[in-house]
Amino acid sequence: MTTDVTGRKAGGPGGINPPASFAHAAAPTPAAPTPAAPVPAAIELRGISKSFGPVRANEDISFFVPKGTIHGIIGENGAGKSTLMSILYGFYRADQGEIVIHGRPAALPDSQAAIRAGIGMVFQHFKLVQNFTVLENIILGAEDGPRLARSLARARKTLADLSREYELEVDPDALVEDLSVGHQQRVEILKALYRDADILILDEPTGVLTPAEADHLFRILRGLRDQGKTILLITHKLREIMEVTDNVSVMRRGRLIDTVATAKTSPAALAELMVGRKVLLNVGKSPATPGETVLSVENLSLSDEQKVERLRSVSLTLRRGEILGIAGVAGNGQSELLSILGGMTRPGEKVSGHVTMGGQPLPITGKAANGKARREAGIAHVPEDRHHHGLILDFTAWENVALGYDDDPRYGRGMLLDNGALREDAARKMQTWDVRPPIHTLAAKNFSGGNQQKIVLAREIEQDPTVLLIGQPTRGVDIGAIEFIHKQIVALRDQGKAILLVSVELDEIMSLSDRIAVMFDGRIMDILDPAQTDEAAIGSLMAGIHPAEGRPAGETPPATSGEA
Amino acid sequence: MDYASILQLLDSTIRLSTPLLLACLAGLWSERAGIFDIGLEGKMLAAAMASATVASLTAAAPGWSLFGIELTWAKSLLSPVIWGLIAGILASVIFALIHGVASITFRGNQLISGFALNFIAAGLTVLVAQRVFGQGGRTPQLAGDARFPPLTLPLSDEIREIPGIGPLWYEVISGHAILVYVAFAIVPLTWWLMYRTRYGLRLRAVGENPAAVDTAGISVIRLRYSALIITGILCGIAGAYMSTALQAGFGRDMTAGRGYIALAALIFAKWRPVAALWSCLLFGFFQALALRPDIVTAVVQFRVPGPILDSLPYILTVLVLAGFIGKATPPRAGGEPYTKER
Repeated sequence: MTTDVTGRKAGGPGGINPPASFAHAAAPTPAAPTPAAPVPAAIELRGISKSFGPVRANEDISFFVPKGTIHGIIGENGAGKSTLMSILYGFYRADQGEIVIHGRPAALPDSQAAIRAGIGMVFQHFKLVQNFTVLENIILGAEDGPRLARSLARARKTLADLSREYELEVDPDALVEDLSVGHQQRVEILKALYRDADILILDEPTGVLTPAEADHLFRILRGLRDQGKTILLITHKLREIMEVTDNVSVMRRGRLIDTVATAKTSPAALAELMVGRKVLLNVGKSPATPGETVLSVENLSLSDEQKVERLRSVSLTLRRGEILGIAGVAGNGQSELLSILGGMTRPGEKVSGHVTMGGQPLPITGKAANGKARREAGIAHVPEDRHHHGLILDFTAWENVALGYDDDPRYGRGMLLDNGALREDAARKMQTWDVRPPIHTLAAKNFSGGNQQKIVLAREIEQDPTVLLIGQPTRGVDIGAIEFIHKQIVALRDQGKAILLVSVELDEIMSLSDRIAVMFDGRIMDILDPAQTDEAAIGSLMAGIHPAEGRPAGETPPATSGEA
Repeated sequence: MDYASILQLLDSTIRLSTPLLLACLAGLWSERAGIFDIGLEGKMLAAAMASATVASLTAAAPGWSLFGIELTWAKSLLSPVIWGLIAGILASVIFALIHGVASITFRGNQLISGFALNFIAAGLTVLVAQRVFGQGGRTPQLAGDARFPPLTLPLSDEIREIPGIGPLWYEVISGHAILVYVAFAIVPLTWWLMYRTRYGLRLRAVGENPAAVDTAGISVIRLRYSALIITGILCGIAGAYMSTALQAGFGRDMTAGRGYIALAALIFAKWRPVAALWSCLLFGFFQALALRPDIVTAVVQFRVPGPILDSLPYILTVLVLAGFIGKATPPRAGGEPYTKER
């Protein structure tokens, strides 16, 4: 039943076209294996580009969504999915390109215009008024007149019809704050349907749902599709794409990499497309000579505020003189692992398990689990999100270099800080780490991404930690700095440090790690020797498939033509 | 304590509750829309000064002219006290709009903007009054048609002799300035607008989750400005009432913290209009008690020092703000400037 109606030849797994062929590939002429009648497009994007300052969030995006299908858009965080959807919902205006809705070019200057064009959006963070009833939320902005009574009466009737039709039961008089997250999401969907949306965009809809709620959502979505609605599903979860979509577009770094029929692709192929590969600088690195175990993690589990399990019984050991790389599609528990080890759990999160450091138990919950205690225990942490956790952007470089280590006796005189010593120290570290420009009085926000990262690395590494936790060391870092940072990480390993490296860049993991742990859905799927494995095998694990059950190793790896 | 004293006490309660009630409803409109307004005090003060000044000048002037254009016909359309009321409302709305520009358009800190306006009002009112009248920052005593006269409600004289209900009607309910009845009428009006109209629904939504309103395609900024204008009008009426009805003229700092008491009453009422009525009556009752130490002495059988009675409403304010009234959830988006996000 699923057909390739993307209007281009999708060669299935292994037939991934380079993005360059895209601008004109989205013409609505069905390719060979389609049914006789051409399916009309509900949405067609032609060459959409959007920049925020120097950042190109979307570049020349073109695709085509046939009416009455569920179309997945998959990509890593920051791949540009949300920007694209915000353009479709009138939140942003595209710099270039054209949006065609039901065959007519549509200008979408604001949300009101998008609603009029029949587009409904279910945001990742619901836009509901917590202390309003379901009914009040549904009519908000779509009232029939200045007095509420009539609007409410009509909405009540319409809601009853919609609920019956699409399995969207929800009590119209309940307060939204009393509803479960799954039900709140239904209210969002009902809001869109009440406004006569026939194109529904869902942004990461299952991020906050339990598996049972997610299954119910998929049933609802299929029901909507069967009634002729068109659905755009944005996600970074492969399982959802495979389960519910008809076609899928893969985005990476602001570009649309490929659009394929879901039935003709595989999770492993999609995982590889998402993560991508870039021309990798070869990191000259000698074989590791691991020493004794310094950090050991046993059965570490974490559930977040919404009681969603983010880590499921993770166990691993980290030895001196090795780099343990954690591979995985973003959002599969890597961030949570780093935040527990770095002493950064949030209130509301439930953590269980054991962590020992050099034989001593390391507290993972409560007041003793904080960044300061971790630093004192010899753990340095380069957080994944350097803008929020690694730096204070408005502070100067020297202040940032001192942060967290400011009560070191070397930098103080009694209760006072020795600013002179701090500046001198920062200037020296910035020189060692080749931070450009080497001006320690400049605010952190004025450095480029790579140099900001060097400031964080300099601060953490120069304290001579035993264990170094590094998250996304080269995210948003220019190519020259990447090489430098990689070399430093390897040098650190050779000095006998134990390094835990988390990165969504598979190449980075492959080229730096001495061992690779692949995470999926909060679990460690396997721990591999990089010399004994390849990207295809890791890609399968990242998609939650054990090679033993899926494709045997050695067979043609999927979607490798991207190397060409 | 006799029935007559109780009636006098209740009569004072109503008169003293009125400015609190108006200011409290003013605060309710703005806070329900997500804008904290600590500047109720300043708006009332500005309105009190503007009302008394314009009422006094209009009553005294034989005619009006502006740039040589004869405007006496316009002056005679309304009585001086109404011109005063209009001036008070205008002054208060201007202050409200300044708060709006600072906190909505420029997304400034709402508390600081409100405080700044209070300070400006405290100084500017005295300055203007001094400049105009040269009487030490006061306006002259208002009399005649420069003040709101007491209204005698129908039946007052007829049922006056009926025991119980008659004196209650005559002493407590009847005989107040029209603004008192306006204030009490605004309570059900506010309730109806808030809970029974599209405008009220959107306004409450914008104070709880402006993003929900924005994604529904409604302007957050316009809604919030409209709420602030209503706040300005209500504070303007409150200030005009202070100087042209409750008292006969403007004096330095005459609102004496009523804007802050109104905020406490608003929290006490948990941001609901009808509850605001009751909580303002309670605060007004304490203010009335301070005026009648003899009644207090009669009830508690010992002499309570005057200053303690005077401070009762303020003590109650502190108790309310310290959270002795149970959980009061303010509008969730209150105090937060709205910035559109992805």
